[in-house]
Amino acid sequence: MRTLDLLLIALKALRLNKTKAFLTMLGIIIGVASVITMLAIGEGSKASIKKQLSGMGANMITVRPGAGMRGGVRMDMSSSQTLTLEDLATIKEKAKLITNISPQVDANGQAINGANNWPTSIYGVTPEYLAVRMLTVKKGTMINSTDVAIAGKVVVIGQTVYKNLFKNLEDPIGKTIRFNKIPFKVIGLLASKGETTFGQDQDDIILAPYTAVQKRILATTYLQSIVASARSEEVAENAVTELTNILRKSHKLSNKTEDDFNIFSQQEMITTISSTSEMLTVLLVAIAGISLLVGGIGIMNIMYVSVKERTREVGLRMALGGRGIDILLQFLTEAVLISITGGVIGIAVGLGATEIVARVFNWPTCITFYSIVISFAVCTITGIFFGWYPARKAADLDPITALRYE
Amino acid sequence: MEKSIIHIENLKRDFIMGEETVHALKGISFSIQKGEFVTIMGTSGSGKSTLLNILGCLDRASSGLYEIDQVPVKNLSRNELAKIRNEKIGFIFQSYNLLPRTTALENVELSLVYNKAVPFRERKIRAAEALKSVGLETRMHHTPNQLSGGQQQRVAIARSLVNDPVLILSDEATGNLDTRTSYEIMALFQDLNSKGKTIAFVTHEPDIARFSKRTILLKDGHIIRDTPVENPGNAAQALKLLPKEE
Repeated sequence: MRTLDLLLIALKALRLNKTKAFLTMLGIIIGVASVITMLAIGEGSKASIKKQLSGMGANMITVRPGAGMRGGVRMDMSSSQTLTLEDLATIKEKAKLITNISPQVDANGQAINGANNWPTSIYGVTPEYLAVRMLTVKKGTMINSTDVAIAGKVVVIGQTVYKNLFKNLEDPIGKTIRFNKIPFKVIGLLASKGETTFGQDQDDIILAPYTAVQKRILATTYLQSIVASARSEEVAENAVTELTNILRKSHKLSNKTEDDFNIFSQQEMITTISSTSEMLTVLLVAIAGISLLVGGIGIMNIMYVSVKERTREVGLRMALGGRGIDILLQFLTEAVLISITGGVIGIAVGLGATEIVARVFNWPTCITFYSIVISFAVCTITGIFFGWYPARKAADLDPITALRYE
Repeated sequence: MEKSIIHIENLKRDFIMGEETVHALKGISFSIQKGEFVTIMGTSGSGKSTLLNILGCLDRASSGLYEIDQVPVKNLSRNELAKIRNEKIGFIFQSYNLLPRTTALENVELSLVYNKAVPFRERKIRAAEALKSVGLETRMHHTPNQLSGGQQQRVAIARSLVNDPVLILSDEATGNLDTRTSYEIMALFQDLNSKGKTIAFVTHEPDIARFSKRTILLKDGHIIRDTPVENPGNAAQALKLLPKEE
């Protein structure tokens, strides 16, 4: 029996029972459409979280001085003085997986502009800090290397600081503010970055040359941290290892000694958050998958009835020379045709529903090619799986009994 | 020796019903030669349906020999039996067994669908020819519910002819038809037989059997009579003698 015959017979059978075929398809349509939509929503929210994290500097690596031990007492991280400008120079020279790097010394204090004051933090950095943290200057300029070299008393302020110090929202550029009584000239205003996923205000900062913060505010020579960006998010973990090796070597630590520094990447956090949204996706897809399963059972049910109704036809086909395999394939083709047609319609409906969700509810959605491939594959397999049993039953019929079936 | 289409020797068929064994056929032997027109008669329970199923390769004998067109059937697989049914046997049933909502042409084609030797394009042509040979050339695109019983049976006969089988096997083909239509069908059978078709015709109506050339009478699983029909009737003439329809 030829494939074309199988298709023609199946098409005819479906054409003769349009309503029944459509109702059966409906199960598959709903199943496939919901799988596609759910996956699109899941992928969309994952992508949006990822984008948000990348905006924070997902490939950012932070080096902190280590919790050294002094006489058996573990010291507070920030009190250690093991991270120096030499480390910064060594890393700059040797690290291959790092693109931008900046030292960071920060101090908390009160920023004052005339009658307005605001408690905030000042971060002593180099110009590269912008790239590492993915910040942009909205107005004015960033501190430059000359400012760093001469420990210039210039600052770039974040939006929160600006709004609190300049209540009339006047142009801050060129104005002088004081931080812990030391005057700084505002040369730039950062673009707003909003809150982090954890609710930390990223606009509540003042950036100054690290030399200025070291000398004029803290009176220290060591660094509180070094921030760097890995070449990409993928190599972030390797960059951490690379930095660890470089620093251990330059700090001349023997194998037994603990690190006298700590390196953090954002990777862990990203993993945690992505896995949460991944779980959500799995949950959504599981629910959608169940509806696909129900659709499959619908196919089985209808095929079972169809085989019963057409017992005599099966008997006749056998008498005319149809082999068991011909009968099996005939009913299987019918089942698969129902499920594939349902699948194609389901994909279309799913794409439409995704569009509606994106437009009407403004949810982030992302249709992935694999979701379409998977749902199509799954509904085909559903058709074969649930069509098999009834088809097998038809093929196993005894021609004599089938012919005499009333 | 002439070529036998059917050759049966000491054929037995037992059915096991729970504890009991029913001997439906208790060792029968006969042959049908090419060009014969045989009626197999018997009351219900005589084993004639069982014999028909075996002749049609739908069932297998418990013991004994059965050869169709010189092929012993005994050790053939299910698929090989299906091939024999397709190529060597044309079935005609009492209840026509046409697919509903399917045209006469498509119904006739059904036999060809399972015959790999017939190319796709040739099917329609062959099916149309078969329908023409039973006088239904004007009804090719009618579905069974648009056809009378006699016409439906003609479609079934066309279907049985289309693969050019060595044997046409008819199971009470006139059982559902009135006398006039029965005679028409018998005339068709006689015509086919005169063109060389071998026909085995199961019936319980002696009135119909007289149009064949030989009668095999079964009773309780035995052949009790196997005789040529003396002066076989001519169905076409008998038809003319029937009183005119009102």
